[in-house]
Amino acid sequence: MAVESNAIDAAGPYDRAKALSAFKLGDVTFYWITRLSAISVLLILGGIILSLIVGAFPAMKEYGFAFLWTQRWAPSADPPVLGALGPMYGTLVTSFIAMLIAIPVGLGIAIFLTELCPQWLRRPIGMAVELLAGIPSIIYGMWGFFVLGPFLANTFQPFMIKIFDGVPVLGAVFAGPPSYLSLFNAALILAIMVLPFITSISVDVFKTVPPVLKEAAYGVGCTTWEVVRSVVIPYTRVGIIGGVMLALGRALGETMAVTFIIGNSFRISSSIFAPGTTISAAIASEFAESDGLHQSGLILLGLLLFVLTFFVLAAARLMLLRLEKKAGR
Amino acid sequence: MNPIYVRRRRKDIVVRGLCFGAAAVGVTWLALILLTLLYNGIAGLNLDLFVADTPPPGSTEGGLRNAIVGSLIMTVIGVGIGAPLGLFAGTYLAEYGRNDKLTSVIRFINDILLSAPSIIIGLFIYGAVVVPMRGFSAIAGSLALAVIVIPVVLRTTEDMLLLVPNALREAASALGLPRSLVIKRIAYRAARSGLITGVLLATARVAGETAPLLFTALSNQFFSLGLNKTMANLPVTINNFVQSPYAYWKQLAWSGALLITLTVLALNIGARILGAERTAK
Repeated sequence: MAVESNAIDAAGPYDRAKALSAFKLGDVTFYWITRLSAISVLLILGGIILSLIVGAFPAMKEYGFAFLWTQRWAPSADPPVLGALGPMYGTLVTSFIAMLIAIPVGLGIAIFLTELCPQWLRRPIGMAVELLAGIPSIIYGMWGFFVLGPFLANTFQPFMIKIFDGVPVLGAVFAGPPSYLSLFNAALILAIMVLPFITSISVDVFKTVPPVLKEAAYGVGCTTWEVVRSVVIPYTRVGIIGGVMLALGRALGETMAVTFIIGNSFRISSSIFAPGTTISAAIASEFAESDGLHQSGLILLGLLLFVLTFFVLAAARLMLLRLEKKAGR
Repeated sequence: MNPIYVRRRRKDIVVRGLCFGAAAVGVTWLALILLTLLYNGIAGLNLDLFVADTPPPGSTEGGLRNAIVGSLIMTVIGVGIGAPLGLFAGTYLAEYGRNDKLTSVIRFINDILLSAPSIIIGLFIYGAVVVPMRGFSAIAGSLALAVIVIPVVLRTTEDMLLLVPNALREAASALGLPRSLVIKRIAYRAARSGLITGVLLATARVAGETAPLLFTALSNQFFSLGLNKTMANLPVTINNFVQSPYAYWKQLAWSGALLITLTVLALNIGARILGAERTAK
């Protein structure tokens, strides 16, 4: 009280007490701001799950578990018939083929970067691969549609179709006609998109291998490949699997790039050169013009995708955590 | 020479060659994508692109002004909401809750949100904002982007603050500085370039996001600044134009795509240079 008017008191004990209480208030406020912000992450997760369940409820009630194994998708029928089998099949097949391509190439780049590459090249190549991760997914979609699609349809697909024509199982997998829009094209684009994730995590975990182990192996005369196969990869296996799962989580949910080149067909075809659809592509291309049960069905598809990616990503994180503990951090 | 040795050596050379090939594939692919964008987009890069609005179907003049402005507005609002939240949350994890059970739960959930499909975020905002507001709006689009920004900023903030040596904090505390000021004046300052890196990376991530805007902000053919209505934005405009039959629209889409990619790559490279400076110190 007196402090405000009296200049001499200003430096006295009153001021100190006031300053301290101001500090204390600031401290408490800041603590709670940060704590509430941190809790907001949990609220977002809760919000996502809740809004998906609420939105999907009408479709769940209408279709029940049959939704999972119905192939027909006829939103304009009366009443609409909706089934998730087509999009689920497309999601799993494209992601599987993408991982089949991306794992060896991604690991190859990681081995190149950690074991073979001269020091001065390491940063530029590492950066180029990581920039691949930065390119927006719609750009991949356009590139896939205008460049990769025509190339595959005109050269690669006819070639494969001719080779495997008449072979019992593979003949059906690689059956014609060639098309710009196909599961295989989407998978190839996905492979390029997830490549940087596999590479950067593998490089990170390769660096956790104690140099002594590698030096010992080189010391007894191992070649680079033998060191990688028998020392580096066994030591980092959990981490590599974690990185692969992380990439798989990305591939399962990738939307725009896939929407451009998959053809949005809900029919399941045995050929990987036929058009198909994925969960995310179905939502992206139909949601804005949907209503009622159709919209609810699309949200239910979204819920399925979220549950699927949640488990894949959670498994990935747990594996990476295990490796971190092993590295002693 | 010993045949076993020759075989091992040959195998090694083959694998080395394959690894080299894999690296070449990665670099070539980036180059191919950039070249395609330049080849198709460079013709449309002129002043009109920035000062004229999107043309009606069939017209052969116009630009992307409304889409560029809309994207800027939504990105700024999205980062403006998401970055502080992520920053504070990351601060809690790194400074207050280091040995907290809550911290490990939040870190785990955050890592999952970091890689969650962005279309799911779009569905969430559709249910949480668009439906109650009875209409698509720019603010819904911004919120969707904010939800994507939070995990990115949180993660880098936590990582960067954990790199700040504890001795700095102890010295400040010993001088009698209260905890919040230790964080704000000491830890934030020591980690500043790292924190900026996080925000730049998050901005780069949302600048090209399309999926969550498809049914939150929708898009719009006209210039508008109202946050409670649909707003034109680059990614969705590109998405609509590139699939149209009109040559001029396609040209605009490619130029827009080039613009977005250059922006995103510049942000990424900037962030990396800032980050590298930090670790080099």
